[in-house]
This record gives sequence, structure tokens and C-alpha cells, in this order.
Amino acid sequence: MSEVVAPEKEAAVKVAVMNQLPGQEPRAESPLHHADLETVAKKGPKQGGVYLQELKLLGHLVLRGSVDNAEFMSGAEKVLGVALPSALQSAEAGDLSVRWISPDEWLVIVPGAKAFKLERELRDAMGGHFAIVNVSGGQTVLTLSGPNAEEVLKKTTPYDVHPSNFPVGKVITSTFSKTQAVIRRTGDESFELVIRRSFADYAWLWLQDACAEYGLVVRG
Amino acid sequence: MHYIYCPHCEEYREEEEFHAAGEAHIARPLDPEACTDAEWADFLYFRTNSRGLHHELWVHATGCRKFFNMTRDTVTYEIKEVYKVGEQPQVTADQ
Repeated sequence: MSEVVAPEKEAAVKVAVMNQLPGQEPRAESPLHHADLETVAKKGPKQGGVYLQELKLLGHLVLRGSVDNAEFMSGAEKVLGVALPSALQSAEAGDLSVRWISPDEWLVIVPGAKAFKLERELRDAMGGHFAIVNVSGGQTVLTLSGPNAEEVLKKTTPYDVHPSNFPVGKVITSTFSKTQAVIRRTGDESFELVIRRSFADYAWLWLQDACAEYGLVVRG
Repeated sequence: MHYIYCPHCEEYREEEEFHAAGEAHIARPLDPEACTDAEWADFLYFRTNSRGLHHELWVHATGCRKFFNMTRDTVTYEIKEVYKVGEQPQVTADQ
């Protein structure tokens, strides 16, 4: 019995896909749940130089594949509605956004309830060698806006965030104080940060400290 | 601080985002079982410690997390070139 059973190349590869938001139970908690930003927002100041909000419990999908794989690239474009962006660029289509992370990696963010359906649609549309991982539970999105938001980033990351070097739509992954973040400029005075769950508390504490001199306004 | 060009992100980034990962172009023996102890030890442990040009492997650790090679002068710290893994250096000691 030395037969080696090779997987059928023609057969569609089945991958176990899990809906990470099956229903009301168990209750999902965002990485900054413990900080209770709703209460902080209610009790805190309403005017200031920097506005911070957590966009919690969104669906995060990591897409990995080669740009030379036509089935991967065209399948992604068909399902997402936009082509996978090139280096350091991002793209949006309705409530869906795609960020370039590395030459063979993109991060797609959609409303939490849409992630499971989107993942299955992508798997059906794509072919060849690729990977899709739902990392929704591993990271969260923060928005940083206001007249002093850029100043806060200047002391947080070594990257040059001046609009001439970091225009709207550009996305970079860089050092964020002593951790890292995916930073995207979404407007003249607004930025989006994707931070790791394990570093969310650190980032929150850091941002409170870094924003203190400008006046931090938390939005629930 | 150095300003290092990442060939994957295609722009200069702060040195803080990078990490050196040892000497470049260390090829793993195709058949480790056929190696002598000396050959295997040479692959595992022994590295050149050159004064002058040196080819190194670097990783864009907090950026795109990709590895690339760099030719660097260990005396002046000047970065001569960066090139992707799989490519050959243009600046070499015998030039």
C-alpha cells in the first residue's frame, strides 16, 4: 500500500470558511471595548484639535496572490468592483475599501456583516494560487481627523505625512510609536489607522497622550 | 538615521522601519545529508566579516514585511544599492 493519493487538480479546492459573526451570541467585542469610548465621548469635550473614532467590528479580509495571476486579479476586480490598487494606493467602491499592503497582499475592509458573503464570492471568482484570510477579530480601524491630526501623526510615525508626499488615497504601513499601523489619508485633515488588536490599548493610550496638547475629542 | 529605499514599496523609508537579517546569498545545500560536518557548519554558522563592501539581507519589518538585498560599505556605512532577492548585485568588491 505505497499509493500516494494526490489531490485532484481539476476538482475545485474546498476551503473551510467560517462566518465569524454567526448571530447575536456570542457577543462580539471590539479591541477597544474595555476603553468604553461611548462613555468617554459623552463625558469628554466636544471641541478640540483632533477627533478620534473607532470604526469597530468591521470585516477585514486579507487577500494574497500574485499580480501575474490573471484569475486572481480579474476575480478580485469583478467581485470588489474595483481593481486591486498598485503600490501604496487604495481604492474604494461604496462601503468597501481596498488597501495595498505589500506586492502580493491587499487588505479589504467592509461592514462586518458582509465579510462572510464577500469571502465566499471571492473564492468562487478567483483561481490559481491565492489566499484569503478573515482577520476581522485581529485588528480594528481608528479614524483620526481635525486640524491637528497631521501634527499627531508627525510625532507618531517617522513617515513624511505632508500632503505633497502623502496625498489623499495613499496608504502606508509604518512604525506607529512603538507598534505599527496601516495609515491612510482619507481627506485633507483626516486619516484612517488600522491597528492590531494586541496593540489597540497601547495605541489608545499613546493617542490620548499625543493628542492632549491639541485637545482630543472622542466620538462614540 | 539612514533613509533606505525599499524596492517593494518603491520609495525611501526611515531606517527605523527596517531590520538587518544577516549576510545575503547564503544558499542552503541542496542535499544536506551529503554534506560533511564542515560544509554544514559553514552554511549554518560561518559568515564573512568584510571590511568594505558587504551584501546583506534586510527586511522592511514594519512596512511591507518583504525581504530584499543591500550592498553596503561597512566602513562608511554608505548604502551602494538595494536589489530584490533572486537578483544579483551590480556593485561588487572585484570592480
